[in-house]
Amino acid sequence: MEVTTGWYLVLGALLFVIGGTGLLIRRNPLVMLMCVELMLNGVNLSFVAFSRTLGDVGGQTVVFFVLVVAAAEVVVGLGLVVAILRRQPGTTADDLSALKG
Amino acid sequence: MVELVWLVPALPLIGFVLLLAVGNSLGEPRAGWLATTAAGASFVVTLVVFIGLLARDSHSGERSYELVLFKWLPAGSLQVDAGFLVDPLSITMALFVTGVGALIHLYSIGYMHGDPKYSKFFLYLNLFLFSMLMLVFGNNLVVTFLGWEGVGACSYFLISFWHQRESAATAGKKAFVTNRVGDWGFMVATFAIWSALGTVTYTEIAQSPAMATATGTAISLLLFVAAAGKSAQLPLSVWLPDAMEGPTPVSAMVHAATMVTSGVYLLVRMNNVLTDDALLIIAVVGAATALFAALCAVAQHDIKKVLAYSTISQLGYMFLAIGSGAYVAAIFHVITHAFFKALLFLGSGSVIHGMGDEQDMRKMGALRLAMPITAATFIVGWLAIAGVPPFAGFWSKDEILLAAWEQHNIGPLLWGVGLVTALLTAYYMSRQVILVFFGEQRWDEEAHPHESSWTMTAPLCVLAGAAAVGGVINLPLVKDWLVLEHFLEPIFNHPHHFSSGTLTKIALAVISVAAGIVGIFFAVMTWLTKRIPNDRLEPDFLENAMYIDATYARVVGGVGTSGFQGTANVDERFVDGAVNGIGKVILKTGQLIRPAQSGYIRNYAVGVAVGALAIIVLLTWGLLR
Repeated sequence: MEVTTGWYLVLGALLFVIGGTGLLIRRNPLVMLMCVELMLNGVNLSFVAFSRTLGDVGGQTVVFFVLVVAAAEVVVGLGLVVAILRRQPGTTADDLSALKG
Repeated sequence: MVELVWLVPALPLIGFVLLLAVGNSLGEPRAGWLATTAAGASFVVTLVVFIGLLARDSHSGERSYELVLFKWLPAGSLQVDAGFLVDPLSITMALFVTGVGALIHLYSIGYMHGDPKYSKFFLYLNLFLFSMLMLVFGNNLVVTFLGWEGVGACSYFLISFWHQRESAATAGKKAFVTNRVGDWGFMVATFAIWSALGTVTYTEIAQSPAMATATGTAISLLLFVAAAGKSAQLPLSVWLPDAMEGPTPVSAMVHAATMVTSGVYLLVRMNNVLTDDALLIIAVVGAATALFAALCAVAQHDIKKVLAYSTISQLGYMFLAIGSGAYVAAIFHVITHAFFKALLFLGSGSVIHGMGDEQDMRKMGALRLAMPITAATFIVGWLAIAGVPPFAGFWSKDEILLAAWEQHNIGPLLWGVGLVTALLTAYYMSRQVILVFFGEQRWDEEAHPHESSWTMTAPLCVLAGAAAVGGVINLPLVKDWLVLEHFLEPIFNHPHHFSSGTLTKIALAVISVAAGIVGIFFAVMTWLTKRIPNDRLEPDFLENAMYIDATYARVVGGVGTSGFQGTANVDERFVDGAVNGIGKVILKTGQLIRPAQSGYIRNYAVGVAVGALAIIVLLTWGLLR
C-alpha cells in the first residue's frame, strides 16, 4: 500500500481538528497552548505535502515562517502562562476574563 | 554700506532683549538710557544706509537693494523670504521713524520719571520700534504683516500701559479689536495678491503685468481696509481718540508720528496695484475723514483729544493725496506731520507733566509764563499745522490741496473739503494754543506748573526746528528743489506730475493761506479777545464725535448682541450637536455590541472557526473573487 499525498493531508486535517477541539474544550492554559501548536503543525504538514507533490518550494518556505512565528509566540505565551500560574496556581482560561466588555 | 540694513531693526531688538533680561535691575534712569541708545544707534545706522543708497546711481535701478536673510516659508509655489528691501521709500520712512523715535525715547526718560513700570515702558518702546522697522523694511507683504501685527500688539500694550485704570484697559481692547478689522483686510489682500500674481514680494509685484480691473479694485479696497484700520480712517476711526489713554510719548510716537502712518506707507508701497476706481473711493473717504475729524476737534476739551482728532484729520489729508494719485505729497505730509504732530504731542505731554496730570484745557491758560520753552515750541508746531508759510505743514498741505484740485473726477469738490478742513485746522489749533498758553489763568496756585527737565525740552527744540524748516525737503519753487520727489521717483511706475500752470498754483496757495489766517483770526476773536461769544462753539454733537461711538455701541450692543447670541445658539445646537451626536452614536453602538467580548477564549475561537468556515463556504460557491 502506497502512502500518497492524501494520507498526509488526512493526517494534517486530523491533527488540526484535534488541536481545535482541544482548544475549545480544555480550560488549562498550558494545554490550550499545546493545542495551538498541534493546529499549526497540522497545517505545516499539509504545506509540506503539497510542496512535495507540486514541486513548489514555496510551501516549505511558508513552513519556516510558521515555525519562527510559533517559536516567538510560545516564548511570549509560555512566559505569560507560567507567570499567571505562579501567582494563582490552578488558574483556568475562563478565570482570565478581566478584559471582558 | 547698504548691507548694514539688518542692523537697523536689530538694534532695537537687542535693546528689547536686554531690557527683558536685566531691565528691572537696571532701574531708572539707566533702562531708559539703554533704550534711547538702541534707538539712537538705529537712527545712526539708518543714516549710514541712507548715505550708502545715495552713493548709488539713481537711474539704473540700483537704488533698490534686497537683503535676504533666510527662506522663511518655502511652501511649494509660495516662497516667502525673511528679507529687507532698501529703496528710497523705505529709507525715507525709516529715517523719520528712527529719528523721531529716538527723540521720543529721550523725552520718555523724563516723562516716565517715577513710574513703577519704568523699564517695562522702554521695553515696549524698543519692541515697537523693532516692529515698525520690520514693517517698513520688509521686502514682501508677509514680513510687513509681521511688523504690522507687532506694532498693533505694542500699541495695545502701550495704550493699556496704566491698566489699573478701567478706561485705559478698555481703550486698549477697543484699539485692538478695531485694528483686527484692518488686519483682516491685509490678510485677504495678501492671499488675493498671491493667487492673482503668484508672488508677495514687492519688487516682483511692481514688475507684474496689470491685473483684471475687478481683481485689482478688490485688492485695492482690501488694502485700503487694512490702511483705514491702522490709520484710523472712517469708519474705523473710533479707536484713535480713545488711544490717548496711553502715556503721552506713546501718543506722540505710536499714535501720531509712526504707526498710524503705516497705512499710508502700505498704499504707497502698493501704488502700482491700486486702480482708478479704488483711488476715487480712497480720496473720498480721506476727504470725508479729514473734514469729520477736524469738526470733532473743534469741540474737544481734553488737550490730547484735540490732537488725536487732528491726527485723524491729517491722516485723512494723506489718503486724499493718495486717492488723487499724488503719492509723493502723501509721503511728504507723513514726514512733516511726524515732525509737527510729535512736537505738539510732546508739548502737550510737557504741559500735562508740568500741571500734575491735568488734561482739561478749561483748567489751563496763561501757561506761556510758567513753561516758556514748551510754549515756544508748541507755537512752532501750531504754525506748522495751521499751514502758515514757511513752516513745514504749509508746503505739504498745499501740495495735497493742489493734487486734490487736479483730481480728474471731482477735483474741485475734494479741494473744497480740503480747504474747509484747513480752515478748521487753523481754528481748532489756535483755540488750543490760546486756551492753554494765553488768556487768563484758570488753574489753582497749588498746581505749580513748571518747565520740564532737559530730556523733555531738548526733543521739543529739535522737533520744533524740524517742523519749522522741514518743508525744504520738497520745495516747489524751483524744479531742482523737489528733492523728495526726485528721490522717490524710481519706486513709481507712473510718476505723478502736476499739470496746473504757475498762476493756478499760486492762486491755490494764496487761498489756502488765507483760509488758515481766517481760521486763526476767528479763534483769536472768539477765545482770546472774546469779541464774538464762544458759548455755542462747542456743541455736544461734535464733542461726542457725531455720536459715531455711541451708534456703534448701540448697534453692537443691541442688534449686534442678539445677532451674536443667535450665532452662538446655532453653534450650540448644530455644530456642537453634530459633534456630540457622533459621540453619542458611537457610545450607544459600543454599549450594544459590548457583550460580544465575553472574556472566554473559547468564544473567540468559535468566532474564528465560524468565520473561517464562512469564508471557505463562500469560496466554494464562488462568491468571493
